Amino acid sequence: MRPNELKAHELLPMIRRKEVTVEEAVTETLHRIAAIDGTIQAYITVAGEQALGKAKEADARLAKGEPARPLEGLPVAIKDNICTKGLRTTSASRYLEDFIPPYDATVVRRLEDAGAIIVGKTNLDEFAMGSSTENSAMFPTRNPWNLKRVPGGSSGGSAAAVIADEAVFALGSDTGGSIRQPASFCGIVGLKPSYGLVSRYGLIGYASSMDQIGPMTRDVKDCALVLRAIAGYDPSDSQSYPKELPDYTGCLVSDISGITVGVPKEFLEEGLSDTVKDAFMKALDKLEELGARIMEVSLPHSRHALAAYYVISSAEASSNLARLDGVRYGYRASGCEDSASMMAMSRGEGLGPEVKRRIVLGTYVLSAENHETYFNEALRVRSLIARDFREVFEACDCLVGPTSPTVAFEAGEKTRDPLEMYLSDVYTVPPNLAGIPGISVPCGFDEEGMPVGLQIMAKQYDEETLLRVAYTFEEATEFHKRRPEIQKGAHESAGGERSV
Amino acid sequence: MIITKEDVGRISTLARLDLREDDQSLFAQQLSGILRIIDALAEVDTEGMNQMVSPAGLTNVFREDIVLPSVDPEEALSNAPDREGAFFKVPRIMEVD
Repeated sequence: MRPNELKAHELLPMIRRKEVTVEEAVTETLHRIAAIDGTIQAYITVAGEQALGKAKEADARLAKGEPARPLEGLPVAIKDNICTKGLRTTSASRYLEDFIPPYDATVVRRLEDAGAIIVGKTNLDEFAMGSSTENSAMFPTRNPWNLKRVPGGSSGGSAAAVIADEAVFALGSDTGGSIRQPASFCGIVGLKPSYGLVSRYGLIGYASSMDQIGPMTRDVKDCALVLRAIAGYDPSDSQSYPKELPDYTGCLVSDISGITVGVPKEFLEEGLSDTVKDAFMKALDKLEELGARIMEVSLPHSRHALAAYYVISSAEASSNLARLDGVRYGYRASGCEDSASMMAMSRGEGLGPEVKRRIVLGTYVLSAENHETYFNEALRVRSLIARDFREVFEACDCLVGPTSPTVAFEAGEKTRDPLEMYLSDVYTVPPNLAGIPGISVPCGFDEEGMPVGLQIMAKQYDEETLLRVAYTFEEATEFHKRRPEIQKGAHESAGGERSV
Repeated sequence: MIITKEDVGRISTLARLDLREDDQSLFAQQLSGILRIIDALAEVDTEGMNQMVSPAGLTNVFREDIVLPSVDPEEALSNAPDREGAFFKVPRIMEVD
């Protein structure tokens, strides 16, 4: 196998033993990108030269006998809404098409300090608003399992890059499912950590009370390895969790005997496709066979989660994106006579339809006459959703359900009706509202070979239980080992060619 | 709730967002659909519940008032669409008589 096809925990010891140089690992990854990304379209920007330079520096350090760092030499893809100093960061928006951040996000600093090498910036729905990566203002990303289908979103570029061997692992961000749903659609592992566990500093904010950055990896062991590197207190994020964290690689114990697993009945109701339900029921049997106690539970307010989510996230987005004013960075419309019309025209010309729709919805629910009816009420419903979780976690160690109601859908299938698109996040939104962690792990394939994801949720800051259950399930199954055969050219009727 | 095209026009002015006529009509129709779902929030009994603004459960995060290095002014201006000296330059703000 080539280095770019390996898992992080397989490649690391090879780099440590100098069986593979960092330069080889990075070169092979860049070759793969050159060969396949014209088809997949996972990357907005490839940082080839910079990556090779850093690879050579790393090899020189290792040659001098310096010890290998925790992620030494691993080629990583970063979602393009995470700031990288000196490397273009677009958030897949025309508005930020030429934006070069003057600083690094904390997660980027941490990954580079741990030795990882950034190979490029991946595609997303513009400002992370969407569930298919079709809202990217650049181009759509294709699902490596079937090029006519979407990779999910908004971290679709990161998910596709990991499964197509265009990076060893990636970072995504998740506000309502944007790590877990594309992980599920692309057959990889994606973790949304507890709110506050990973610093948001340098993440281009969408809905700040729910945004979290997290790992997108080929297995659970890699997930723990990456989480250990990026998690931890950061004074630059005012909502950062201030306590000492465990070593997440220490909880990779293949044993769930005595663990109580709750199944929220609301997650198995209408809207769930038969194929996903079948795969989920088999996963549940597997967990029971592995020694878990299965228990049906209820989260009665979760059926209002999507409504509360769209009120709160749109309100926060409209406020967050007020900073896009054409003054300090980004797009500015030309020929405007005064500043007010310059701002309105810059936003009108530089932003895409989904972003505009959410700014309008957010402004509407925050306006004086609607503030109480919609915004305050949504925040109270959010309290109820969080309370439902707290109550079931008194009886259960974790909860499981499907990650998304369907497997990856066809490109263009849901772009006409925004509401239809929103429904694909129905199971992933509640954890963001409550601030609890959720992980998606592969748990099956449908008859057409499309991956299905299992979502596991745990108490706030209990990533240890989450990873232990996910790891035990993975050790007992083979789904994470399957890889797509990419049919180059099969997308040609699908349209949406890269134009930048 | 139904949102009309005029509502969308008014809200987008508040949000300093220039919207084309056809987008205003389309958004009015789409947002009315979304509001039908959101209106269900009114059925929930939320008596006595707090407004949950953040899941972190932190209040009043203080830090020492220490001077630390910040972004260099040249770097801060490096993405400016227009500048003059050490300033961001914008079209006129005040009305001219």
